[in-house]
Amino acid sequence: MISYILARVLQSFVVMLCVAAISFSLFTYVGDPIANLVGIQSSDEKREELRESLGLNDAVPVQFARFVGRAVRMEFGISYQQKRSVASIIAERLPATLELSILSALIALGIGIPAGIYTALRRESWFSHFFLSASLVGVSLPTFLIGILLIFTFSVHFHLLPSFGRGEVVQLGFWSTGLLTASGLKALIMPAITLALFQMTLIMRLVRSEMLEVLRTDYIKFARARGLSNRTVHFGYALMNTLVPVITITGLQLGSIIAFAIITETVFQWPGVGLMFIQAISEVDIPVMSTYLLLIASFFVIINLTVDLLYYFVDPRLRVGRDVRA
Amino acid sequence: MSQSPPTTDSFFAADLARRAWNSDLSYSFRRSKVTVVAGIITLIYLLSALFAPWVAPHDPYDLVNVNILDSFLPPAWIEGGDSRFLLGTDNAGRDVLSTIIHGSRISLGVGFASVFLAASMGVTLGLISGFVGGRLDAVIMRIAEVQLSFPDILIALLIDGVIRSILGPGAHGNIAFVVVIAAISLAYWVQFARTVRATTMVEKSKDYVQAARVAGKGTAYIMFRHLLPNVMGPVLVIATISLALAIVTEATLSFLGVGVPPTQPSLGTLIRVGNDFLFSGEWWITLFPGVALAIMGLSVNLLGDWLRDALNPKLR
Amino acid sequence: MSKPPLLEIKNLRVEFPTRHGTLVAIDDLSLHIAPGEVLGVVGESGAGKSMTGAAIIGLLEPPGRIAGGEIIFDGQRIDNLPDEKIRQIRGRHIGAIFQDPLTSLNPLHTVGRQITDTIAAHLPLTARQARTRALDLLGEVGIPAASERIDHYPHQFSGGMRQRVVIALALCADPKLIIADEPTTALDVSIQAQIIVLLKRLCSQHGSAIMLITHDMGVIAETADRVAVMYAGRVGEVGPVSEIIHNARLPYTIGLMGSIPSIGEEVDRLVQIDGSMPRLNETPPGCRYHPRCPKVFDRCKTERPELIPAGPSRVACWLYEDPTEVPALDLVHSAAARKAGDSPHSRGGAPAATLIEAKGLKQYFDVSPPLLTRILERTGRRIVQAVDGLDISIKRGETFGLVGESGCGKSTVARTIVGLFNATAGTISYNGASLSTREERARNLSVQHKIQMIFQDPQASLNPRWRVFDIVAESIPKSRRSLAGGVKERVGELLRQVGMSPLDGDKFPHEFSGGQRQRISIARALGGEPEFLVCDEPTSALDVSVQAQILNLMVELQRTLGLTYLFISHDLAVVHHISTKVGVMYLGRIVEWSATQQLFTRPLHPYTRMLLDAVPDISKTGTMRSQVEGEVPSPIDPPAGCSFHPRCPFAQDRCRAEVPESIMAEGTAIACHAVQEGRLPAWRAP
Repeated sequence: MISYILARVLQSFVVMLCVAAISFSLFTYVGDPIANLVGIQSSDEKREELRESLGLNDAVPVQFARFVGRAVRMEFGISYQQKRSVASIIAERLPATLELSILSALIALGIGIPAGIYTALRRESWFSHFFLSASLVGVSLPTFLIGILLIFTFSVHFHLLPSFGRGEVVQLGFWSTGLLTASGLKALIMPAITLALFQMTLIMRLVRSEMLEVLRTDYIKFARARGLSNRTVHFGYALMNTLVPVITITGLQLGSIIAFAIITETVFQWPGVGLMFIQAISEVDIPVMSTYLLLIASFFVIINLTVDLLYYFVDPRLRVGRDVRA
Repeated sequence: MSQSPPTTDSFFAADLARRAWNSDLSYSFRRSKVTVVAGIITLIYLLSALFAPWVAPHDPYDLVNVNILDSFLPPAWIEGGDSRFLLGTDNAGRDVLSTIIHGSRISLGVGFASVFLAASMGVTLGLISGFVGGRLDAVIMRIAEVQLSFPDILIALLIDGVIRSILGPGAHGNIAFVVVIAAISLAYWVQFARTVRATTMVEKSKDYVQAARVAGKGTAYIMFRHLLPNVMGPVLVIATISLALAIVTEATLSFLGVGVPPTQPSLGTLIRVGNDFLFSGEWWITLFPGVALAIMGLSVNLLGDWLRDALNPKLR
Repeated sequence: MSKPPLLEIKNLRVEFPTRHGTLVAIDDLSLHIAPGEVLGVVGESGAGKSMTGAAIIGLLEPPGRIAGGEIIFDGQRIDNLPDEKIRQIRGRHIGAIFQDPLTSLNPLHTVGRQITDTIAAHLPLTARQARTRALDLLGEVGIPAASERIDHYPHQFSGGMRQRVVIALALCADPKLIIADEPTTALDVSIQAQIIVLLKRLCSQHGSAIMLITHDMGVIAETADRVAVMYAGRVGEVGPVSEIIHNARLPYTIGLMGSIPSIGEEVDRLVQIDGSMPRLNETPPGCRYHPRCPKVFDRCKTERPELIPAGPSRVACWLYEDPTEVPALDLVHSAAARKAGDSPHSRGGAPAATLIEAKGLKQYFDVSPPLLTRILERTGRRIVQAVDGLDISIKRGETFGLVGESGCGKSTVARTIVGLFNATAGTISYNGASLSTREERARNLSVQHKIQMIFQDPQASLNPRWRVFDIVAESIPKSRRSLAGGVKERVGELLRQVGMSPLDGDKFPHEFSGGQRQRISIARALGGEPEFLVCDEPTSALDVSVQAQILNLMVELQRTLGLTYLFISHDLAVVHHISTKVGVMYLGRIVEWSATQQLFTRPLHPYTRMLLDAVPDISKTGTMRSQVEGEVPSPIDPPAGCSFHPRCPFAQDRCRAEVPESIMAEGTAIACHAVQEGRLPAWRAP
């Protein structure tokens, strides 16, 4: 039990260190950090002085340790472009991304999982066929295209919904929310649907195929041969066994939502961290890029860790050791 | 067993063709109308991509042919349209249909190149990982596992972003193509490697491999002569599905402005450029490339779906 | 019949629509089962026996469907019931047991929950009552400490115990009929005996009838009251068990019985039915058996025979059309040439030189979890001691049979001897040349080529993407390739040698039946021009009639090519049939080793005796084999001392502490303290 959790935590730790190393090497080896801080006219001595004071002449491991230490204290340096601390930029933009992502995740899971179960259990129904065809269109359409189509229909054509931005936001302490104003909610509709649609179809298809896989197993056949009701077989046996892979999938999809938020935010000019990252790439704003990398990685590590722990509670084969007796 | 053996090459070819036609694969293809339509559409895309200079009504990137006075013409069937430009023209007066044909060529080209690279890399690493095992396997699979917990598009975006920042913001032209292809293939090799590894582990324990060992055959011989043909089925399925994904990923990168260079626009670039004119009413500039991209993705996905079901007898 | 049958199947027809047209898997099948009766349904794979069972409980795999006929259970027609009604019959009135206990149970629920779920579905009991009943059931099927085990998950039970749980599940609601589909096939011989005895005892206590579907005539012989023999979707013969076994009437049944090797008899050649069961899409017209039948005449080829009375049995065969005339069928004796003087046991003649010898052979596998897990869980390394100090020596021209239950390490011995594994310790020498290590094998390539191998699974031992020609040619050594005629001629010759046509070389393995594939596998082994063939369960994946073909072929090849065999099998009867010497393996060691005749008539080791007791024998109908307690322990932590002591009725303190050395006694090499101390009673054949 403890060894299982410890091993997972340790693994997550290693992953974080790897990502930190990538971030760090971006910082250190890509571009010249000094050039971005001082004017073109400044003298070589001045630059050297700055290098020394920033610790850029220290040994690489020392620099890396300092980098990690700062990251833990939420110090990520200064944006080359905006000339303000990256931490404050992120703090300002993160609520927008999180509100969008969480709403999308709820939509994707809330519709995707039941639809997946339904299409697996009622394979031949008209509704299932419709759902499946629609889902294939869903996975084939790139997210940005869905966004553009929605904008064209509801903003350009019908003038119903705003095509960009978050609308009015209310500041609750450090958190700015768009959920409390009518314009904020209206602005959230299209981006949330855009972001959710792809994940929803994916989740639905995966849940369906996992469920079908389980329904073909011997123990389901044996359960039917014992005359258990469809209800028990489907929901007590099949669904329970589908849950194990579905948890993984769901975890991965939640991660994907944060990543796909980059695209949605670009299409809808949503002022979140994704849009910030795209701008950082095109402006080669390395501190922002590397911080975003760390941020995303930590999200993923947390999600994966949660998934592993959930596994542990669902699957007795992990929980209860083998104790085969003759 | 009563049949006489194929003696001549022509007979052999005819026999092969008959076998191919009668195979379960071809039957399941013919039976599904949707798949046949998807196949035909994919074929049209492939042919028009291959022969784009001859198929396209105009050469949109030859300045002699492009007249700025023709810009923003709507599709031919709408009032103000010009019969020379079936799907209208863009802001520079280029024929939208022709830009789509040329754009599909870029999209498919990048897609195929990325999938080919990803497959070569994944199959090789997967074979080695599955067959040799041990520490090498552990290292390869650990990397794959970590990478798999991040979405493909993010990986592609990060690799793209990193390479771009190393090269500096001014990277243009062919370098940009290489960057995009590298980014996409590095994002998609994991699927191939994991599947090939899993199949290899199953196949490697089968006795025909042991029989080859008893016959004194070496590791490389067994890996490429015995195992490779047996892992190609799943590879084909993943390659098809990955092609659809790669096309979409390239389009997404280009849409975000970090894809192929604007001088040689893919469908994604066209959508990005056209997007600016969506609000001013020139919707055809962005919507037609969008529809072209969607149909391409859907067709390849349908083929992939069919291939997966046809090669996985369990699902039938 | 005085009382009405419990189950009556009338003219059942099961179809599978496919793209090539509709396949008829079961064609006009009629059967009945009386209350409390055990009906054995036998047949080789593809005969349609499992499908009959599935059709009864309405669980045919789609797209299969019942296309005609009636199934009447307890006076009620059940084949056309709506889903919900047939569901209420399943489990409540008709129970089912499937083959593989490892996959039959839901891994995520405790066995208790699975039992109470089933009880709740059928009986009006409270949760508390259901749990009490579940506990009773678990106790009844012989699960020790049931009150603790009830809350365990399936993965915490061994294979034999899981099959007991499956039986408890089938018996939950006291059904009147149990359909047992190959209930013992996935189990070891010693556990098979336990399960069959348990099943039969419980069903007679509960008054349930059993439809026992199996390919194993031995199991049928000791369990069934009546037997139905199926062939290609039809019942060919049905009658009382002793009639079917000792007085079979259908040529197919006669052939089938003759093709089963028996410990009680010595024959040089088994009765051989040529060919194999037709595939569903190529069933012949008329009698479906006619292409393989030695007694075929014109009518068989056009008209389909129906079941007609013949003595106490009923037979679907035109030979019995006139009930007054009993045809004389001497199929067994004409084909089998029962010549005791030429039995393999007396073959060999003058003592030959030792061909291959292994001494102190050890093969360990490290299956330890990663270092980190070991540290965290404070566990040590886990080593599978698959082969642990094994001595073996085989003389030229001999067939050495190596028997043992699954997990005893017999396959590992095979693989180590051919050089697929590098032995952890010990020496192997072949004809004087040392082949103990990989380096020595590489140095003695010409010697190494003399050792070839035949594998168990004909499906997996041929590369599905290669043509037969390439498969067979693979083992032909380089020196041979340059000779005149070259590879092409040689492959043709090899295919002919195993009874196939050189033209088959252009085909792919999937175009052949299991028996033909095994022939190809043998041809490949012969390609290396071996003197010594290691055969790892070469017939255990085959049907009995095909097994007879392969065994006959092997005997023939041995005679013409002067081969030496190491024949590995779990099947004592097969080993008895083919071997000149037999070694019995238990947990990585040979515990007893002697000439075949001696081993089977005067076994010394308690384990050998136990195995012989557990073997189902078709010559003994109605008798139960003696039960053997326990299961084979894990080779990761084998018991100290004599590894058999936990299951041995003669174990004493010395057996628990000290590993017995192998000594010679009465011409037998034996490793047992009890035998060496002379405290073992004399063997009385069961």
